[in-house]
Amino acid sequence: MAGVPMRQAFGLALAEYGAANPDVVVLDADTSSSTLSRFFAERFPERFFNIGIAEPCMVDVAVGLALGGHIPFVNGFAALLALRALEQVRTCVCYARTNVKLAAAFAGLSDYKDGPTHHAITDIAIMRALPEMTVIVPADAEEAAAWVPLVAEYDGPVYLRLSRDVAIPVHDRSTGLRIGRGIVRRPGGDVTIVATGTMVGRSLRAAEALASEGIEARVLEIHTVKPLDVELIRQAAEETGALVTAEEHTVIGGLGGAVAEALAQTRPVPLERVGISDAFARTAPDVDSLMDACGLAVTDVVAAAKWALARK
Amino acid sequence: MAHYPESLITELEERARQLRITSLEMIHRRAAGHPGGALSAAEIIAALFFHKLRLDPARPDWPERDRFILSKGHASAPLYAALAARGFIPAEELVRWGDLSCPLQGHPDRLKTPGVEMTSGILGHGVAIGAGLALSARLRGLHYRVYTLLGDGECQGGIVWEGALVAAKYRLSNLTAIVDCNGVQLDGPVHEVLPLEPFADKWRMFNWAVLEINGHNMRQILEALDTAAEIHDRPTVIVARTTKGKGVSFMENNAAWHGVAPNDEQLARALQELKGGA
Repeated sequence: MAGVPMRQAFGLALAEYGAANPDVVVLDADTSSSTLSRFFAERFPERFFNIGIAEPCMVDVAVGLALGGHIPFVNGFAALLALRALEQVRTCVCYARTNVKLAAAFAGLSDYKDGPTHHAITDIAIMRALPEMTVIVPADAEEAAAWVPLVAEYDGPVYLRLSRDVAIPVHDRSTGLRIGRGIVRRPGGDVTIVATGTMVGRSLRAAEALASEGIEARVLEIHTVKPLDVELIRQAAEETGALVTAEEHTVIGGLGGAVAEALAQTRPVPLERVGISDAFARTAPDVDSLMDACGLAVTDVVAAAKWALARK
Repeated sequence: MAHYPESLITELEERARQLRITSLEMIHRRAAGHPGGALSAAEIIAALFFHKLRLDPARPDWPERDRFILSKGHASAPLYAALAARGFIPAEELVRWGDLSCPLQGHPDRLKTPGVEMTSGILGHGVAIGAGLALSARLRGLHYRVYTLLGDGECQGGIVWEGALVAAKYRLSNLTAIVDCNGVQLDGPVHEVLPLEPFADKWRMFNWAVLEINGHNMRQILEALDTAAEIHDRPTVIVARTTKGKGVSFMENNAAWHGVAPNDEQLARALQELKGGA
């Protein structure tokens, strides 16, 4: 699926899975041609509900469908699901533990052209603070598609964070994915880069650059930010002695925050966090240049790795 | 429409009176709760739990059971009292309400309390969640009905009307909303805090069928619930005009009793009024 936007892979996978599981229902908030939930809508119109531009209501309607035994996939922009609909998510999805799946589209900076109103750079921090919530961030199109059946068949609330765009492919075929279980993407003993989402591919490139300078960086993909694979991260801290986190999200409270919390309690080592500094981003002509401008460039990961190494 | 014998009406009125007594005792015991909105909803909850809802306490997960969502979750005391009277929960739990180990929460929690269909407490969710549940029933070909009880002050929140739009779009005739219009909210009269009138007209404009009744008249409640079940092209709202604090003279129409528990002396006076006719 190299070269396919994540949303397209997800939308097609959801439609395909809809054929296999009649309990799956899909909701959207007038964004089905953006999120590409319309692929499902076209095949299964009787199981698709367009709630209009009302994300909180969409979440509540999904809660009702889940109470009736259906498995609702709620499609909307991440910024709106994590902010405008947050009370519904907290009370009626997490606290009531209803089986609702939030497919959070256009996450991070991927809605580059619409600007900071549409960016979602705090959603991981918000969602992972909620009891009962599982937070999953796929790295590429292949992985986004592979999560659909796994998320549907997991019993409980899930926040699946999706990018609008093409991410650097890292998965040949996404087999063996398990919620809460990180993946060692590259071995290395000098420093560890812990990455999630679109930063996994960039981190692998950073590791190549570091290798050319004689630095062997281990790369961990943490697709499940909650529950966090603490053991894999602790082991990397023990064996490499320095860590870098990388995420398309603010440096406050996301993967970097989660890893810092875990290390503080297990194996404190020097940690550098690559992410968006505590500031709003801006409008851009494409996502890659925006990520680069926001401190998420491959060179930023390389520099952070060297800083972490120097602090050993 | 069924004709209801006077004996049934009398029996359900007695149930409502008991719900009032038990609710005030529960609120007094833990020195917390919401008397005003519990008392205004007593007849409506009695009509639902002791007559209208198709329930089986032995099988709280029975797929065909009717679903009731207490959107005005602060009226938890009469809900718990009704669930205990129907055998969903042991009556002993009612007197432990508020204790750390008691499964009954301040506001209803579906995971801790059998018979509670949906967690509530933050206002506004009942209509939209009820719409989703009604859609689910339709998809599965199940014939249960979905009921949700709201307060009028609750309808100041936009999510209520978002849910109303969805229920109207999908013509969810298996959904009935009941609004306990007691006219008083925490800070004062609804018409002063944020006016809602013309209230019934608003629902009509949202393409709901509207039935206006006296929410303390048991016969009117039963007949409205029957009428709602016979409307097949749209959801129905029953606008039930009620009195906040109904049945206890010093609590009636008094915002101060929205969320304050009676002390020993006040409870004694309240129970004297409620038990006086027995």
